[in-house]
Amino acid sequence: MGKSVCMPGPVQSIERAAAMLRLLATSPGRRLGIVEIARSLDLAKGTAHGIMRTLQRVGFVAQDADGKYLLGDALLHLGTSHLDVNELRSRAINWADPLAARSGEAVRIGTVADGRVLVVHHVFRPDDTPQRLDTGALLPLHATALGKVLLAYDSSAFASLRALDAFTRRTVVSTRDLALSLRAVRAAGWASEIGELTPGEASIAAPIRDYGGLVVGAMGVSGAIERLCSASLRPDPRLVGYVRDAANAISRDLGGRS
Amino acid sequence: MTERYVIAIDQGTTSTRCIVFDRRGRLHAVAQQEHHQHYPRPGWVEHDAMEIWHHVRKTAAAALQSAGITLDQVAALGITNQRETTVLWDRHTGRPVARAIVWQDTRTDSLVTALASAPGADRIPGRSGLPLATYFSAPRIRWLLDHTPGLRARALAGDILFGTMETWLIWNLTGGLHVTDVTNASRTLLMDLRSLSWDPDLSAFFGIPAEMLPEIRPSVGVLGTCTEVFEGVPIAAALGDQQAALFGQTCFTPGEAKCTYGTGSFLLLNTGLSPVASTHGLLSTVAYQLSGQAPVYALEGSIAITGSLVQWFRDQLGLITTAPEIETLARTVTDNGGCYIVPAFSGLYAPHWRSEARGVIVGLTSYITKGHLARAVLEATGWQTREVVDAMNADSGLALRTLKVDGGMTSDNLLMQFVADVLDVPVVRPMVAETVSLGAAYAAGLAVGYWPDLAALRELWHRAGQWLPDMSPSLRTAEYSNWQRAVAHTFDWIQPSGG
Ligand SMILES: Nc1ncnc2c1ncn2[C@@H]1O[C@H](COP(=O)(O)OP(=O)(O)O)[C@@H](O)[C@H]1O
Repeated sequence: MGKSVCMPGPVQSIERAAAMLRLLATSPGRRLGIVEIARSLDLAKGTAHGIMRTLQRVGFVAQDADGKYLLGDALLHLGTSHLDVNELRSRAINWADPLAARSGEAVRIGTVADGRVLVVHHVFRPDDTPQRLDTGALLPLHATALGKVLLAYDSSAFASLRALDAFTRRTVVSTRDLALSLRAVRAAGWASEIGELTPGEASIAAPIRDYGGLVVGAMGVSGAIERLCSASLRPDPRLVGYVRDAANAISRDLGGRS
Repeated sequence: MTERYVIAIDQGTTSTRCIVFDRRGRLHAVAQQEHHQHYPRPGWVEHDAMEIWHHVRKTAAAALQSAGITLDQVAALGITNQRETTVLWDRHTGRPVARAIVWQDTRTDSLVTALASAPGADRIPGRSGLPLATYFSAPRIRWLLDHTPGLRARALAGDILFGTMETWLIWNLTGGLHVTDVTNASRTLLMDLRSLSWDPDLSAFFGIPAEMLPEIRPSVGVLGTCTEVFEGVPIAAALGDQQAALFGQTCFTPGEAKCTYGTGSFLLLNTGLSPVASTHGLLSTVAYQLSGQAPVYALEGSIAITGSLVQWFRDQLGLITTAPEIETLARTVTDNGGCYIVPAFSGLYAPHWRSEARGVIVGLTSYITKGHLARAVLEATGWQTREVVDAMNADSGLALRTLKVDGGMTSDNLLMQFVADVLDVPVVRPMVAETVSLGAAYAAGLAVGYWPDLAALRELWHRAGQWLPDMSPSLRTAEYSNWQRAVAHTFDWIQPSGG
């Protein structure tokens, strides 16, 4: 992380949030109204309400029909991927289509699954040529722009990479080289891949962030190198801009920083 | 040369949107505002027409600002609207006489039952293309005339105007032009589907003074010029929302069809230059009419419960927390395990039209998991589509070759694949998901020459995704027959009382 702020001592609101979760988990019936919560922790109702609303936003608490709070599903499934892939597609679809229309290229959205990129959504290149929907397909992490974005922000996925297969002469096969390029991805906020999976094809991708900045997926365009890159093999800055704008827009919708 | 744009107003059931499209048919800017839903009594649904008019003003300003354009850059305005919702207002003051009665409202139930046995009721389907049902506008006008003191006399004196939402908005935008388009007029039960004019026998049957009715115009052609909000901009198209979606999906040739998958689903098939009288429970309606040309007709099949079954699964059963999770759950199993859900929550619509039918879940065994139920929920939408398509093929003699889809449920891959599998035709999704507003924009742009012809519009349509059928014929046949047996169980659940 590039930014760091000097923090004197613990953060009070996080301590309070933790106390509230404990309270909910141990209360009989496992649900409490805001007044009871505020009273138990000796907080002003407004303060308690603000923290509860934040916890609700991230899915750690939920509200029942009577307005009482209970522990949320996200907390119960902390260990598993927290954003359902079909939910991700549904939230991204209205930004993926315009990206395909603006860029003139095929769009894919991916997440990490079993050491590979799972294609969650695919929009055809808008030229009405025959294309096959490859939603559900698995792509290599190290040889796609989507994969590089996902690796850049997911250290455990990077750590569990095995031997890096060479798909073309340009595929990055050394872990050290890959680590260096991932650092560049983090610095730039986007990734590219030029002829590393299929000769003559390139891709550009950017991260999709959920609340708190958590990267939950990557979105990118792919197509012929001569359409995506300049003669000196640099990704077209206009396309990079489109991809980042679209990914940022989805992040904003999800409540993440863009 | 400054870039010019076309604007669509989409006056929907829950919100009003103003969308700016560019010459390539791409969405340039959008502004949206939700309006209140009023439920004064069970079965009643009302909108405040004044509130909606204010929302048109507000979203128009917001959309123009967000697009960064001025009115002289707007080539034309197209209007599309929730169909059948009924507004009556005073010609002199411009004030609605009551809240608008929304298409979902069933207060005219007993009125419609009474009218059904009145002399002349049997002529309605032949003339209007529609069955006599609470769904359409005429019974609502009659209800307001019956229940508002003094209203009938004022209507007979020519002081009261009727309109569906596009008529209300055009009247306000133009400072008093009282017009409707053929697609909206075709949903009133008052228009002769062939002559495209108000049928005096039908108005007489419903007891509706002809003085109230707007002038019927083609859907595509300049209806008037705005004197408010979009001063100087021509209103160049008006279409009901489902017809607009058909237009936006560029289904201009007989045999082309689209289905909009939302809370409920609406399948429209272009049937060409003459209306098809359905013998399989479908509605016959006008698809669109270009100014100076013959009208193009459509068959329509509406499915009451599709997305709302997913909502039921989420909210009433609590097995998922968001609608898209149903696909995740469905993918935990490879088939339905022999389980079928028929969502006849308040009867079945097309092609059955059985109001006494009630929903069933059949084929339960101890083997069935929530994953199987999730599959059965999604498959119900697929099979209901199949039933409507079969009815359309039978009525029209046209065999569907491709289904164009739009709406919120098209983000569900498993469902879209299943629809392709059971219909045995490719299912395609367009690049612009906003087909309703796009259709209104296309129509308006076409009317003023912003786009030259239908062929040019067709070229703007691009495929964003496609699902190809991949199910063995024997499996398809076996599953369809299971579904049909499940449907049969819904018919006889409620027993006639006092029998
Ligand atoms: N991924 C999905 N799978 C199945 N159903 C879905 C999915 N996403 C949304 N839906 C359903 O689609 C409907 C919303 O679609 P939308 O087009 O917005 O409807 P409407 O315009 O009728 O309000 C809801 O009923 C919801 O349950």
